[in-house]
Amino acid sequence: METPVYTKRQTAIAETRPKTKLKTKRTVKNILVYLLLIIVALGMLGPFLWLLSTALKSGHENIFSYPPKFIPESPTLTNFADAMKAFPFWTYLMNSTIVGFLTVLLNVLFCSFAAYPLARMKFKGKNIIFILIISTMMIPFQLLMIPIYILSLDLGLKNTYAGLILPHATTAFGIFLMRQAFITIPYELDESARMDGANSFQIWWRILLPLVKPSMVTLAIFTFVMAWGDFLWPLIILDDQSMYTLPLGLNALTGLFSADWRLIAAGSIISVLPIIIFFLILQRYFIKGATSGAVKG
Amino acid sequence: MKRNALTPYMFLLPGCAILGAFIFYPLLQAIWLSFTDYNMITQPEFIGTENYNELFKDDLFWKTLIQTIIYLIGVVPALIILPIFLAILVNQKIKGIGFFRSAYYIPVVTSWVVVGITWEWVYAEKGVLNYLLEVIGIINGPVHWLTSEQTALFSVMAVTIWKGLGYYMVIYLAGLQSIPSNLYEAAEIDGASKWQQTIRITIPMLMPSIIIVTVMSSIAAMKVFEEIYIMTGGGPLNSSKTLVFYIYQEAFESLNMGYASAAGVVLFIITLVFSILNLKLMGKKENVA
Repeated sequence: METPVYTKRQTAIAETRPKTKLKTKRTVKNILVYLLLIIVALGMLGPFLWLLSTALKSGHENIFSYPPKFIPESPTLTNFADAMKAFPFWTYLMNSTIVGFLTVLLNVLFCSFAAYPLARMKFKGKNIIFILIISTMMIPFQLLMIPIYILSLDLGLKNTYAGLILPHATTAFGIFLMRQAFITIPYELDESARMDGANSFQIWWRILLPLVKPSMVTLAIFTFVMAWGDFLWPLIILDDQSMYTLPLGLNALTGLFSADWRLIAAGSIISVLPIIIFFLILQRYFIKGATSGAVKG
Repeated sequence: MKRNALTPYMFLLPGCAILGAFIFYPLLQAIWLSFTDYNMITQPEFIGTENYNELFKDDLFWKTLIQTIIYLIGVVPALIILPIFLAILVNQKIKGIGFFRSAYYIPVVTSWVVVGITWEWVYAEKGVLNYLLEVIGIINGPVHWLTSEQTALFSVMAVTIWKGLGYYMVIYLAGLQSIPSNLYEAAEIDGASKWQQTIRITIPMLMPSIIIVTVMSSIAAMKVFEEIYIMTGGGPLNSSKTLVFYIYQEAFESLNMGYASAAGVVLFIITLVFSILNLKLMGKKENVA
């Protein structure tokens, strides 16, 4: 009934507003949006740029000048070279990479193992097991770290990769994420494969896993970033410097050279580069992943 | 075709073994330790509720608990509201928007150590923040952001918010993109302004995301540790110390494992009550929808 009214009004608007005016209005709006986007970007990246500027300043330049100088007088890379000499960057990078990689591997494997029966099988105790798994999300690691530390000492895990990795080798978040992925796959696929004589493991490996690749990538990325940035647990379980991950190594560097801000700034920039590169390569999965993990599917 | 009844459990075994060994067993042990006196050298000695009695008499415990709650009250609303505007901003379909989305997300992937160092430098006495605020005329002399009792906690809170913005922005962005566009078209035709559309359509339709962000950001705020360890060390005069930091120091600096476990159990109970309240809220919303 109301449709004719709409069209009338719309055509009226279109007639009274010349096209050029509409265009300038849109351009003005776009300029405002860009301005806002740039201001926020400065807020988010500005602190890092300020650190980068300090890292590029040469030894003659006063880094405590006031007002602060944003552009270095004579930019130099010597601070980066000095930072690389001051702390064994490559050792820490290797430790972080090994820990990150293995944590991801175990998580993807164990979580998609556990999620499979929870999503696609009927068995005794299924609900209670699922509730127990989900409830672990509410238990703060800070309560557990004392007993886990004691347990790790008993198992001889201090200063080992296993000690860094095992406590994070499975997460409720991961199981939940993979279960949501498995649930969406049509059930007939399992049945027809079973007719063809495939066993449960083969169905999981050959049919289901290829179909939930996007969720696996999401889980892998989030686990990697979590493992890479982890600080509290490595701080507790490691006291051997040769086992340090990048965050711990950088923390030790700031303790050692607390007065030398050029060096600290350069060290920070170096240690943030790998994860930034990782992020920039895989960024589309980040945006996709945060949503599939958080919003109940 | 007969299936092996044990199959489901075989698949569950590795994951559940890890969760059992590193969550459920430690949980029970933490509760047991909280009733003991244990210093890692001699055997744990059962002392009943002595740790809890001590804890509730400890001024520092109450101070850190109150500061944790201040943290929660300061950080959570900011992380619920600000990312909505960011998400609306980066939901514009214009050229180069991908760059801005990525830029806003970079603090999220950066480790706390680097973020802490970066902000220490921004907050420095002759740093860029003091300079900018002085130019605009908000402050007269340099503020000692991280080294004065009045500002330390709030300065760290600001960084927690800053680092979280991008993460929650992405969650809202997904929420925004799932809102059917014909809702806006209809509102447009009815002559609703952009602001009215935001209040009447966007915010209500984002409700599921808002609840998720509330739950996630409040659980995260309860566990604040890294930013404080790196930027202030809990000081000056304990003014930026949170409950988790207090637990860490009692356990790993003073080796009062039993006492620290008692504080941990208190943290657990608070988290639990909070989560249950949040879940109740979530359940209600789902029923409404």
